[in-house]
Amino acid sequence: MIPAAFDYVRADSAEAAIAALAEHGDEAKLLAGGHSLIPLMRFRLARPEVLVDVGRVDDLKYIRDGGDHLAIGALTRHMDVETSELVQAEAPLLAAATSHVGDPQVRHRGTIGGSVAHGDSASDIPSVLIATGATLVAQGPSGVREIAVDDFFEGFLETALAAEEILTEIRVPKVGGAGWSFQKFNRRAQDWAIVGVSVQVLNGSVGIGLVNMDTKPIRASAAEAALVGGSSAADAAEVAPDSCEPTGDLNASPDFRRHLAKVLTRRALEEAGVS
Amino acid sequence: MEIAVKINGEQHRHDVEPRTLLVHYIRDTVGLTGTNIGCDTSSCGACTIHLNGESVKSCTMFAVQADGEELLTIEGLAASVNATDGQMHPMQEAFRSCHALQCGYCTPGMVMASVSLLEENPNPNEQEVRQGLEGNLCRCTGYHNIVKAVLECAQGGAK
Ligand SMILES: Cc1cc2nc3c(=O)[nH]c(=O)nc-3n(C[C@H](O)[C@H](O)[C@H](O)COP(=O)(O)OP(=O)(O)OC[C@H]3O[C@@H](n4cnc5c(N)ncnc54)[C@H](O)[C@@H]3O)c2cc1C
Ligand code: FES
Ligand code: FES
Repeated sequence: MIPAAFDYVRADSAEAAIAALAEHGDEAKLLAGGHSLIPLMRFRLARPEVLVDVGRVDDLKYIRDGGDHLAIGALTRHMDVETSELVQAEAPLLAAATSHVGDPQVRHRGTIGGSVAHGDSASDIPSVLIATGATLVAQGPSGVREIAVDDFFEGFLETALAAEEILTEIRVPKVGGAGWSFQKFNRRAQDWAIVGVSVQVLNGSVGIGLVNMDTKPIRASAAEAALVGGSSAADAAEVAPDSCEPTGDLNASPDFRRHLAKVLTRRALEEAGVS
Repeated sequence: MEIAVKINGEQHRHDVEPRTLLVHYIRDTVGLTGTNIGCDTSSCGACTIHLNGESVKSCTMFAVQADGEELLTIEGLAASVNATDGQMHPMQEAFRSCHALQCGYCTPGMVMASVSLLEENPNPNEQEVRQGLEGNLCRCTGYHNIVKAVLECAQGGAK
């Protein structure tokens, strides 16, 4: 199907994109890899009047060693994250989860920044950022600010980004050889997760991020707290869905999602070496 | 907006509406109808072409995003490896010899995805081929002979 008409603006820098967003206000949307936005536009679930294409902002395509974290430019494609030796060595959970995003064609176009800025609870990448305790960097007309991942996802496709802000960088803590696991339950290979779980062992704690367990990407806070309080992995997994309000759809009822969250969290904790 | 795209080695220039999907541009404006459309949901892969050497779904891009880039479609595949007139690309040859198509609707996208897969992983095992083609659906073959063709092509040392 063919999207509604729009005006097309190509930005060659973050600054140019911010200026275009500021000029067009609510009517404008950024276009990165287009693999969430174009499908929505084809069904006319989104009808932006202006698209600001940042796909050519090469300054925002990088993966750098930032000391205690990896700094990843927002326009870096899934395929480049997945195959990066630096990511595989220092943030193996991110590399693994990224390799489960869609199919190779999707990963040749889609970007890490688009995956995060879209704020989709069904997306795999936010669960990784929650589990690892990542930081998001945004740039707007009044400068650059850092946003902790726990303050970023606000509601259904809603994030802390202001309308004239662009996400520029994702900072993922380096975890070296610490235990981790990514569990994704779906019915066909390329599909989105019905439920997914990211687990990352951190210094003195365990981070657990859930996919598709609420209207927004969500942390399994009750399970994390149970582990801190000395519960076994199996007992902690039982409370994984506690603060979540999963939705029901063709694939799964809310109850089935809660069940999956428990089973997948237990498997993930076991694979990550948490007993 | 005016765009300039190189398709199968040939330069094209056209004025397009920004909302024109790349697959419609290729089929309707340029007239290369080998690239198929099989769905509305970016799922089937029938529209797979190469953008700067990598597989992409041309239904999930706007033509304006391809401005200044190089595209390869199924029509240009054989010539891209200097096959002489009437000769096929080794992947097309492998699809034929392994009987990897029935109705043929998925085949152009399947072949383009397979060539890109071998570029990235020249020596895949069966599991890697199946995973590498997860973005391409076939309603006829049951995939078995498609996987066989890709493995045969890889073993033939051809890309
Ligand atoms: C067939 C198919 C299967 C898929 N399967 C999966 C899957 O299994 N798991 C998964 O996680 N994802 C999946 N995806 C989605 C894919 O990961 C997308 O690439 C991703 O969600 C969005 O990234 P993008 O670069 O394409 O963003 P776009 O579609 O270009 O943008 C998405 C939204 O984010 C905004 N945006 C983009 N970049 C920025 C930025 N730098 N700053 C501020 N706002 C920005 C845009 O304005 C838009 O609102 C799938 C997509 C398809 C088509
Ligand atoms: S037509 Fe492009 S994926 Fe189906
Ligand atoms: S051969 Fe008919 S769809 Fe694949």
